[in-house]
Amino acid sequence: MIRYVLRRLLQLIPVFFGTTFLIYVLVWAVPGDPFSGKCGQAACPQAYIAQMTEKFNLDDNIFVQYFKYLGSLFTGDWGETFNGTSVGELIGTSYPITLRLAVIAVVIEALIGLTAGVLTGLRGKGFLDNLVLVSTTFLISLPVFVTAIVLQLALGSNGLGLIEASVSDNPSVGELIVPGIALGSLSMAYVARLSRTSIAENRRADYVRTAIAKGQPNSRVVGVHLLRNSVIPVLTFLGTDLGALMGGAIVTEGVFNINGLGGLIFRGIQNRESATVVGVVVLLVLVYLLMSLIVDLLYAVLDPRIRYD
Amino acid sequence: MTDPNLVGGGGADAAQLSRVDDSGTGPQKPRSLWGDAWRQLRRKPAVVASAVIILVIVLIAIAPGLFSSRDAGFSDLTHANEGPSGDAWFGYDNQGADVYARTIYGTRASLLVGVFSTLLTVLFGSLVGIFAGYYGRFIDSLLSRFGDIFAGLPFVLGAIVILTTFNAPGSNPGAVTIIVQVVCSIAVLSWPVAMRIMRSATLVAKQLDYVKAARGLGASTPRIIFRHLLPNTIAPVLVYATIALGAFIGAEATLAYLGIGVRAPVISWGVMISDSRDYFRADPHMLLFPGAFVTLTVLAFVMLGDGIRDALDPKSR
Repeated sequence: MIRYVLRRLLQLIPVFFGTTFLIYVLVWAVPGDPFSGKCGQAACPQAYIAQMTEKFNLDDNIFVQYFKYLGSLFTGDWGETFNGTSVGELIGTSYPITLRLAVIAVVIEALIGLTAGVLTGLRGKGFLDNLVLVSTTFLISLPVFVTAIVLQLALGSNGLGLIEASVSDNPSVGELIVPGIALGSLSMAYVARLSRTSIAENRRADYVRTAIAKGQPNSRVVGVHLLRNSVIPVLTFLGTDLGALMGGAIVTEGVFNINGLGGLIFRGIQNRESATVVGVVVLLVLVYLLMSLIVDLLYAVLDPRIRYD
Repeated sequence: MTDPNLVGGGGADAAQLSRVDDSGTGPQKPRSLWGDAWRQLRRKPAVVASAVIILVIVLIAIAPGLFSSRDAGFSDLTHANEGPSGDAWFGYDNQGADVYARTIYGTRASLLVGVFSTLLTVLFGSLVGIFAGYYGRFIDSLLSRFGDIFAGLPFVLGAIVILTTFNAPGSNPGAVTIIVQVVCSIAVLSWPVAMRIMRSATLVAKQLDYVKAARGLGASTPRIIFRHLLPNTIAPVLVYATIALGAFIGAEATLAYLGIGVRAPVISWGVMISDSRDYFRADPHMLLFPGAFVTLTVLAFVMLGDGIRDALDPKSR
């Protein structure tokens, strides 16, 4: 187990450096003057350029710049934007909202997806099975922004009037449910299909037959033997999905006007606030990598076979 | 609909069944995996339906003039924002352009982006994957970590960063440039998936006897890879490609909706959706019709991919 954990951690390091370096280069090494348009109509004064060049280490080679940035990052300093706002503070206000939205989306997709998948997996062919297959295919085909917009139109003031077009600045869990459904809809379909296949496959496994032959009640066969084994791939999917959804929330946040990381990064790109963009992307990549690490370790705990590959 | 359990029994069952079928028609010919899959595919209504939809979409992309009497540039400001009517089936947008005509003429760009990004993703991904799987050890680790770097970037986020890096906000590159950029950024962020699929298929296939036999007979590495391994590992990648083609058409629309993807003067479904961004709350028809075309096309490819997977995967039979 220790060997597995160590190997997995070692694999993470080059990926972290590679991804963050890629982002850093893409954002900072853009051809063109980083100061164009930064000082209104006039050209930036020399003193300002000198100060900013010093602050963002723009005179250094890109590698040196990157490692200086990482160095300050590890001491907890996310840097500052061009007008001196702390990026750490910006992220601090937006991060909890996006996290809340992503967690709600994962909870919703887990509840609905697992229920649908387990029911159809156990029952086999029939009306319910076809219904789930058709609806998941449909959900997979809908781009997330179409889902979000249709939900907003149908439930908003033009339709049923159940939700406001935009959520408040610091939205409550209730306000985030509909955006959460939109964000999680695609993964919900995958969770349903994954658990359906997994249950249907394991239902005929030897250990299930043994459990039935032992005379165990059906509830125990399904609840303990079948579910525990079938749910492992679904759990790993849900784990990585939390990381992926935080990065994918940009579109949903845009449609529902949620003031999260998506809005922050989008404004950062429009105003060429490179420090903000790099900060948010590094954070999201970190979350994504950490989640996949946790999931892999969890997988090794839940399924002992995986440790010995 | 595409229930694997419903698909005619595979493996030994299918072989026996087909022998019974053929008994009256002369000598028996063993059917290959592909022949078997083809027979199964033709029988399934969902696959036939999606194939018909895809054919129609391709036909629209090749000859949009056949489907719309109006040109894409048609515009009559007196009708601006009007809803669907007998005159214009999908209504008019805020410039008075016919949404139906634009949807028909927008098919080509959307389909092109989908096809080319799938080609690029699958070609590059499977090439890297087959090398990683075949050589194993150090090369495998190196290529796998290289793939992880790109897989670690969330898709939308990565595409935004890449596309805004090459086009400053507000600038307008030419039609060809932006399409190439969108295709490349989709491919750059998606190839690790194709690579992983190909790699695991290769890891299984290279252990098989025919590969060892080929190596024993002195076949060169390129010959083993391209003549022996590739035909036997292509199936899962093909399934991925079909579903990805649909997904990439959706991705094109998402990027255009964010205002960073394909943009005017190119017409695509994504561009139309992006144009209607500020008006859809009052006039949803501008967004819903191109949105429905995106959904229908993606649906067709996903259903076809599901069908191909069920037909090719002996485990699901």
